[in-house]
Amino acid sequence: MRDFLQRFFGGDLWWSFRSSPMVIVAAITTFVMIFSSAFANIVAPYDIFDLTQFNLMDSLKPPVWMERGEVGFLLGTDDQGRDVLSTILYGSRISLLVGFFSVISAMVLGIIIGLIAGYSGGWVDAVLMRIADVQLSFPAILIALLVNGIISGLLPGEAQADLAIYVLIVAISLSFWVQYARTVRSSTMVERTKEYVQAAQVIGLPQPLILLRHILPNVMGPVLVIATIQLALAIITEATLSFLGVGVPPTSPSLGTLIRIGNDYLFSGEWWITVFPGLALVILVLAVNILGDWLRDALNPKLR
Amino acid sequence: MKLKSFIIAGASALALGALSLPATAQTFTFAFQADAQSLDPHSLNETFTLGLLGNVYEGLISYDKDMNKVPTLAVGWEVLTPTKWRFDLRQGVKFHNGNDFTAEDVVFTWERMGSEGSDQKTLAGLLENITIIDDYTIEIDTPIPNPTLLNDLVTMYIMDKEWAVANNATESSSPADAGRDGSYATSNANGTGPFMVESRQPDVKTVLVRNENYWDDSIPTNVQRVEFTPISQAATRVAALLSGQIDLVYPVPVQDWSRLDNADGVKALTGPEARTIFLGMDQSRDELLYSSVKGANPFKDPRVRHAFAFAIDVNAIKETIMRGAATPSGLMWAPQIQGYNAEANTPHPFDPDKARSLLAEAGYADGFTVTMDCPNDRYVNDEKICQAVAGMLAKVGVTIDLLAQPKSQYFAKVLAQGGYDTSFYLLGWTPGSMDVFNVFNNLLACRNEEGTVGGFNLGGYCNERIDELGRIVASETDVAVRQAAIDEAAQILKDEAGYIPLFQQPLSWGVRDGVSVAQRADNVLDLRNVVMP
Repeated sequence: MRDFLQRFFGGDLWWSFRSSPMVIVAAITTFVMIFSSAFANIVAPYDIFDLTQFNLMDSLKPPVWMERGEVGFLLGTDDQGRDVLSTILYGSRISLLVGFFSVISAMVLGIIIGLIAGYSGGWVDAVLMRIADVQLSFPAILIALLVNGIISGLLPGEAQADLAIYVLIVAISLSFWVQYARTVRSSTMVERTKEYVQAAQVIGLPQPLILLRHILPNVMGPVLVIATIQLALAIITEATLSFLGVGVPPTSPSLGTLIRIGNDYLFSGEWWITVFPGLALVILVLAVNILGDWLRDALNPKLR
Repeated sequence: MKLKSFIIAGASALALGALSLPATAQTFTFAFQADAQSLDPHSLNETFTLGLLGNVYEGLISYDKDMNKVPTLAVGWEVLTPTKWRFDLRQGVKFHNGNDFTAEDVVFTWERMGSEGSDQKTLAGLLENITIIDDYTIEIDTPIPNPTLLNDLVTMYIMDKEWAVANNATESSSPADAGRDGSYATSNANGTGPFMVESRQPDVKTVLVRNENYWDDSIPTNVQRVEFTPISQAATRVAALLSGQIDLVYPVPVQDWSRLDNADGVKALTGPEARTIFLGMDQSRDELLYSSVKGANPFKDPRVRHAFAFAIDVNAIKETIMRGAATPSGLMWAPQIQGYNAEANTPHPFDPDKARSLLAEAGYADGFTVTMDCPNDRYVNDEKICQAVAGMLAKVGVTIDLLAQPKSQYFAKVLAQGGYDTSFYLLGWTPGSMDVFNVFNNLLACRNEEGTVGGFNLGGYCNERIDELGRIVASETDVAVRQAAIDEAAQILKDEAGYIPLFQQPLSWGVRDGVSVAQRADNVLDLRNVVMP
């Protein structure tokens, strides 16, 4: 372990991280947002799921620095008297949750398809990659809308709200797997002709074992970079779907749902209900994106 | 060279497009928060659906802009005995497909309203028989004397028998058909009204065009073409009005009234609506369908119902969510309704401590969980009201699982055709006849198997005495006796908390300047009165 730490802090990655103040700020921001939303039940001033903590008469209070603002509600309250800061913290939790899980499941799906396509070649490769090409010709949000519509259409009304988060995760991951599959496939095609793979084949190891134990670790680098960048995209996609009203229900609001709810109050001047969740979304996505870009550059030997 | 001619062709096409614009000047566009459920006039007894279809179909009688009854497909009537009426029908009226309107069509319509899928069975049940005297004369028998029969007939929209038979649409489609194809009449219409359906894409757009052969030349409108678009997002709806895309939108969220008043070229048109928003509770089943309480139905205990009423702070909802634009109500009917008595209208007080002690007395000191059904695109701020109710009930220990759905799914679930599949719900009611008997007949009466009485009594509230009083309200012509019966029923309802009335919601329209419309108390947009500049 000590060895590993020494190597890490002495290595290029740490050096490149330390020399870029913007990346440090982005990393801290990301960490703070993930931490505070993961522990929202401790960090947030109110529990937004406990209706007894709110009073309708506190509704539509502006942020604390404005006239009528109250110290108890730093960023103001929404139409039901809920504290906006608390809803943002709980909302980012759902946004991040959906983001992480859809990236992970898209990654798993993409890696499996990419490994099979790249290793088998021939018609298997041709079929899988044509499917990927077809899907790439549609915007990801369109695929996500389609999948989301079909799955929720099949569910009975009562189950829709309960399962909305899982449906979203499936829909987003089904629209994002292509990037991984194509990257993994091309790396796999390079790796499978190498001597260590041939050696493994010669001693008669079964194909799945060769794929998972020998090829996979050597193609993971670029996959992790894509995953970081796609995390930001997945969060945006989730917010878009929720803003359109097909994402998570208002009872367990994500940032996109909060923006949609607040949108109804823009004309009447209660801007804080929608602007603060929007800002939180922008900051979160920007920070994750900067980290992803940095990781891509730092791991790319050609840019060094 | 080729490219040049392409550009010229394109430019002239554009110019032609621009030239043809003035021809569409009499196009009136409007938006509502949801679509009409269907084009079938008998499939959902809902104000908006009936209101839109009232421009395509017509009844024997209709309301003018001040809610006065005017002869429409009937030209005159006569009361022969207290239970027998004779109607003379208008001659020379043609349906949109050119067929003649005759007495046969009236009888057919009445039979269709009583068919399996129909949502107007309570209305059909008010008539016992229709006898055809000749092609343009009918006699209607009622089971009991019914002084308000004319009001009830307003929403009985006459459909062409020949057309329905030819298209296999003699049975009414049901609200549960929403999203499915239903019968031919769900997506096609053939009435006698001043507008004809040109095209319809459910949830997207419905286009009506003027019926050039309409029998009444005196209607004020100069509109030739109507485009109706449902826009579910309130802010988008208001933005569409502000940008001039749409001539009229409703409902405008109450918080945006001042925004419209300050903007140029548009105005907010507001007033009190005759619609009462209330909460209903399932009191018929021995065990609630959606609750943590097993083996018993807490709503059968009046103490629980009173506790719910005490827990809800209607004034807070009025002040915050409705921005002051609602009238808290202790009655199930609004001041505009015939039979209203201001003295009897005492809203339920707000007293959470009392609510908690009543719940404890009833054996629910730790509260319980119940699912609440709520529409999210039907009434002004409906979902927000339900959320607020859930929050207030949480404070006395009752946990609400809120199921807020678009009205198409909501109605398909909670109405008779969905098997009254609800435990606790929010609903709004405007008596189509503008008379209190409509409320008795639909909401207060013990519901019967066939659904012809108490069909919208979704919770199955039942009190024999109210049924008796309802019969007096139905047939009594002495105003004082009738009012005494109404007041007694109102008192019983309040003592038992059979329903929890909340408030009357406001009329809330946004209109482009220069467009003249008549805003009726029942929130119906009658296109006959729309005049474009």
